[in-house]
Amino acid sequence: MRKHLLYGAIVFVVVILLFTLLPSVYSNEDLFFQAMVYLALAQGVNILYGFTGYLPFGYVGFFGTGAYATALSITLLHIPPIPAILIGGLASVVLGILLSPLLRLSGAYFAIGSLAASQMVYYIVSNPALQNLTNGPYGINLESVYQPRASYITMIVIVALVMGVVIYIRNSRFGLALQAIREDPVSAGMAGIHVVRQRAMAWFLSAMIAGVVGGAFAWHISVFYPTTVFDLNISIFAIVFTLFGGVTTVLGPVLGMFVLYGFYNVIGISEPQYFQLIYGVLILVLVLFLPSGMVSLMKRRGHYVP
Amino acid sequence: MSPKSILVLEKIVKQFGQFRALDGVSLELSAGEILGLVGPNGSGKTTCINVIAGLYRPDEGNLYFQGSKITRHSLTHSAHMGINRTFQVPKPFKSLTVRENLVIADHYAKRPHPPLDELLEFVGLSSLADREAGSLNSSQQKLLDLARALATGPNLLLIDELAAGLNPSELDKVAEKVQYLAKSGIAILLVEHLLGFINSLTKRVIVMNAGREIFEGDLETAAKNPEVNAVYLGG
Repeated sequence: MRKHLLYGAIVFVVVILLFTLLPSVYSNEDLFFQAMVYLALAQGVNILYGFTGYLPFGYVGFFGTGAYATALSITLLHIPPIPAILIGGLASVVLGILLSPLLRLSGAYFAIGSLAASQMVYYIVSNPALQNLTNGPYGINLESVYQPRASYITMIVIVALVMGVVIYIRNSRFGLALQAIREDPVSAGMAGIHVVRQRAMAWFLSAMIAGVVGGAFAWHISVFYPTTVFDLNISIFAIVFTLFGGVTTVLGPVLGMFVLYGFYNVIGISEPQYFQLIYGVLILVLVLFLPSGMVSLMKRRGHYVP
Repeated sequence: MSPKSILVLEKIVKQFGQFRALDGVSLELSAGEILGLVGPNGSGKTTCINVIAGLYRPDEGNLYFQGSKITRHSLTHSAHMGINRTFQVPKPFKSLTVRENLVIADHYAKRPHPPLDELLEFVGLSSLADREAGSLNSSQQKLLDLARALATGPNLLLIDELAAGLNPSELDKVAEKVQYLAKSGIAILLVEHLLGFINSLTKRVIVMNAGREIFEGDLETAAKNPEVNAVYLGG
């Protein structure tokens, strides 16, 4: 167990060091910020899908809610950015509570249900009738609090917290209980686990992660529209990165994000005309030959994957 | 109700749509006692276990455990109160190791029980403790279900077809284990198709048909009972 925690800690330190040091090597902070956004979201998907088996296609709903709640706390209530980000996280948890009946669904039905819910939130936020409150489709401007360095550091802290949470889940009884529920809710109940309660905790936790990440994103990007923060591609990226790397591990989403998002940027810049083709083929090949993600290469050889 | 009864069912009815799976079942069970539940497929044996375990809520009737009435219990409550079960089709947590299956039950049920290593030894899975549960064969998975149930420290154990698919020497070993558990004070309700197996364990058997009890006593007497014969032989 100790050794397993140590491996988790190594992944943690490497990730945090990379994001702290990379901007001084290659001065494209926005790229690394975006990478951190996807890493944290991928870990949120990992908690929900990897550990409890719910595939949240509408995960972006929590991200967008967090972004808007943070932005509106800043513009309307004049709250400083960092507490506003926390409010963003809480707003997403509230949305999670409202949407918790979705947890009664399973498999594809949950995926579709969560997708529909995220679209619902998007249409509410972007509705011109709410222009006084959300500015409707015309977006948000946070230039008055724009501090790229501070928001970058905040994002590093968020990634650190999220990684810490996933390392805890990976190595704790709580994580085992979540996996037990995913495998068989009846057996899990019979083993004494409060199935509904534990499942809801994972749901709220991943909602909160997406909410604070959305909040930090809003602060960093400072000008955005509903279409920016409720873009379904955000869900898809987070899900694909997680699956590509391998779920139920700390390392999987990290590998998935670095490899795929790295490729995405390299190919997207060098070969934009073939970009979607190459990317699509790459994902297809990996899904066909490594359905359990990149970490399964290590697992097959009998190595422990943190 | 006898004062030493750990489990009492009073006229339990469970209905699925128009189908009465349990049609007024009453039974009592004391600590350390083994009660066999037999009957043809669809007679309500597993439904009976599911109601006691808290998977289904009875539509009518009363259920008492250790003297107190339980009405709206869930599986989780059952596990915490000291009721546990195995499953006809084993349901271990397949991607977890054998030991982790027990660690969870130990941690969440919070009831006194023998050390996990002893339980693994008891069901003969010590050497497989670090294997994924999904890699075990079906009878090993059933034994793992049993060990996981025991890791919750039950006073009442509902065993659903533990013997199916075992060879004769394995059967003897499993029968010994069930005897041992009963001697340790656990009340056992045993649903089984293998009558010889039940006969080696208890003289107290309830025969069910179409959600009702049609006979209670030992199996030899049951064999002479015309109604039991009619149900089993279609005569």
